[in-house]
Amino acid sequence: MPPPASSIAVRAEALVKTFGSTRALDGVDLEIPAGTVLGLLGPNGAGKTTTVRILTTLLRPDSGRAFVAGHDVVADPDAVRRSIGLSGQYAAVDEHLTGYENLYMVGRLYGKNRTDAAARARELLARFRLQDSADRPAKTYSGGMRRRLDLAGALVAEPAVVVLDEPTTGLDPRGRLDTWEVIGELVADGATVLLTTQYLEEADQLADKIFVIDHGKVIADGTADQLKAQVGGERLEIVVGEPGELAAVAQVLSEVGSDEPVTEDHQRRVHVKVDTGPKALVEALRRLDQQSVTVLDVALHRPTLDDVFLSLTGHSAEDEPTAEPEGKSKGRKAKSR
Amino acid sequence: MTTISASTRDSGVVTWRNLMNVRRQPDLLLGATLQPIMFVLLFAFVFGNSIGNDPDAYREFLMGGIFAQTVAFNSAYTTIGMAADLEKGVIDRFRSLPMSRAAVLVGRTTSDLVVSALGLLVMSVCGLLVGWRIRGSVVDAVIGYAMLLLFSFAMSWIGAWIGMLSGNVQVAQSAGFIWMFPVTFISSAFVSASSMPGPLKVFAEWNPVTAVADAARELFGNERPGVLAARPESWPAQHAVLFAIVSCVAILVIFTPIAVAKYRKVASK
Ligand SMILES: Nc1ncnc2c1ncn2[C@@H]1O[C@H](COP(=O)(O)OP(=O)(O)OP(=O)(O)O)[C@@H](O)[C@H]1O
Ligand SMILES: [Mg+2]
Repeated sequence: MPPPASSIAVRAEALVKTFGSTRALDGVDLEIPAGTVLGLLGPNGAGKTTTVRILTTLLRPDSGRAFVAGHDVVADPDAVRRSIGLSGQYAAVDEHLTGYENLYMVGRLYGKNRTDAAARARELLARFRLQDSADRPAKTYSGGMRRRLDLAGALVAEPAVVVLDEPTTGLDPRGRLDTWEVIGELVADGATVLLTTQYLEEADQLADKIFVIDHGKVIADGTADQLKAQVGGERLEIVVGEPGELAAVAQVLSEVGSDEPVTEDHQRRVHVKVDTGPKALVEALRRLDQQSVTVLDVALHRPTLDDVFLSLTGHSAEDEPTAEPEGKSKGRKAKSR
Repeated sequence: MTTISASTRDSGVVTWRNLMNVRRQPDLLLGATLQPIMFVLLFAFVFGNSIGNDPDAYREFLMGGIFAQTVAFNSAYTTIGMAADLEKGVIDRFRSLPMSRAAVLVGRTTSDLVVSALGLLVMSVCGLLVGWRIRGSVVDAVIGYAMLLLFSFAMSWIGAWIGMLSGNVQVAQSAGFIWMFPVTFISSAFVSASSMPGPLKVFAEWNPVTAVADAARELFGNERPGVLAARPESWPAQHAVLFAIVSCVAILVIFTPIAVAKYRKVASK
C-alpha cells in the first residue's frame, strides 16, 4: 500500500485494542485532513483515550494500522513523536518543577538549545496566562492552571499534529474559552488537531468534523450539521400560561408538525418535530392567536449534539454507559483535579 | 546532532530534572543519609562490642559491610523514583517526546548515583567519628570509592526494572526493599559466611555484596579482626576486588537492556 497522501495528517485503519476481556477499541477508522480539527466525542469508557494513546505511540494496537504525518505509529514511532504534541487526559506536569522549568525541560527534550527552549517557555507561559506563576513549583497551581501548563507542553515544538485528550475538562469558563481560542490559532497556523471531548458544545464549536465513538466503535461521523440532520429537522416548542390551554396547543402542533407533539404538563410546554422550521412556527402562532391562547414563550430548536447522541446510542452523552464498571475512570478523574 | 550526543543531552536534562526534585523535597535525602548514619551507630555500638574481644577492630571491619549494604539499598530508591514517575504520568509525557529511549533511565540512575555519593560521604564522616580509618594508599581508597559507586549504579538499574514492574509507588515501596534484606544479610558483610548452613553459605560466598564489602575493606586497608581473620577459601573471597567489579559489570550488562526493553513497553496504568 502506498503511504497516505500528504493532505491526510492522521489516518487510522481498523484499530483494535483489548485489555483482558475489555474490547477498548473494536475496529476504529478515522482520517483527519491536514489543517483541520477532528473532534472525537464519546462517553466515559468509549475508547477515546485508547485511540489517542495508540496514535501518539504510547500503546501498540493489537491489530490495525495508523499513520500520523505520514509515519506508521508502530514501525516508525520516533518520526511520529517528532511530528506530534500531546496533552494527555491527566495533566502530566512535574509538580516540583516550576511552570517555566516544565516547559523548558520539554523544549530541551524536543532538541531545542538552551536559549530557544527558554524563550519558547516564556512565550507559552504568557500565552496561557501563567506568567505570574511561572517561577512557582507546579504543585502550587490550581487544577486548571496545571491543565493549561500541560496544554502548553504539547505546543512547545509547534508540532504539525496536536493531540489533546479532553483539554477543557476541569477548566473554568474563562479557561475553556482561552483554550478554544488557542486551538483556533493553532489551526490558523496550519496545525492539525485531534481533540477528544465529552462536551457536545465543544465539538460543535471547534471541530470541522466529529467522530462519535461508543464501546470502541465509531458509530457516526460528519460535520456537526450533518449529524444534526441525521436526527431530523427542528423542534418547535411552545409554553403557555394556563394548563387548560395545553390541549389546544397540542392540537395545533399536531397539525403543523411532522410527528406527534409531546406535552410536558409541569412546564406547561408542548413540543413537536417540524420539517419546515420558521414556516411552521408562524403558522402555529397565527392559529393559536385566532384561538386567543396566551403564548408565553416560543422557540425553534435545531437539534443539539446531545439529541444526536441520544438517538445514536440510546443514552445521553453525560450518562455513564450502563455496562461499564466505571470506578476506575471516575477515581482517576477526581484525582487529577 | 548525532544520536550519542542527543542521548547524552536528553539524559542530562532528565538528571537535572530529578536533582531539582530532590532539591525541592529535601526529605527525599533522609533515607539516603539518615539510614547509613543509623546503621553505622547501631552496628558500631550494638554488634561492635558483642563479637570477639577487640571491639575497635570489629567496628572497622563492619564499615566495609555497611558501605556495601548502603549502596545496595540505592536500588530501592530507584525503584520508588521510577514508580512515582510512572504513576504521575510524567513517563507518558516523556514517551510521547522524540527523546532517546534510554534517557529517562540513564537520568534516573545518574541522579540516584549523585544521591548515593552524598550518602557515602555522610557515612564516611560518621565512620571516622566511631574510629574507622582509611589505612591504605590514596589510590586504593579512590578505587574503593569508585567501586562502591559502580556497585550503587549497577544496583540502581535492577531497581529501575523492578520499579517499572511494580507500576505504582505503593507496590514499589515493598518490592523495592523486600529483596534487599536477604541479598544484603545473606552475605559476609557483617558476619563470616563459614558459619552459615550449606546453600546459604554458597549464596553468601558468591553474593556480590560479600565481594563489595570485602573489596572495600581491602582497598581501605581495614584489617580483619582476630575471630574473622581467616579469609574464606572460596574464589570470590580470594579475589574480592576483581569479583566485585566483574559482578557490577555483569549486572549492568544484564539489566541495562532488560530495563530499557521494559521501559519501551510500560504504560503508566
Ligand atoms: N490499561 C488498561 N487496562 C485495562 N482496561 C483499560 C485500560 N485502559 C483502558 N481500559 C478500558 O478500555 C475502555 C476504554 O477506555 P478509554 O480510557 O479509552 O475510554 P475514554 O473514552 O477515554 O473514557 P473517559 O471519558 O472516561 O476518559 C474502558 O472500558 C477502560 O476501562
Ligand atoms: Mg479518556
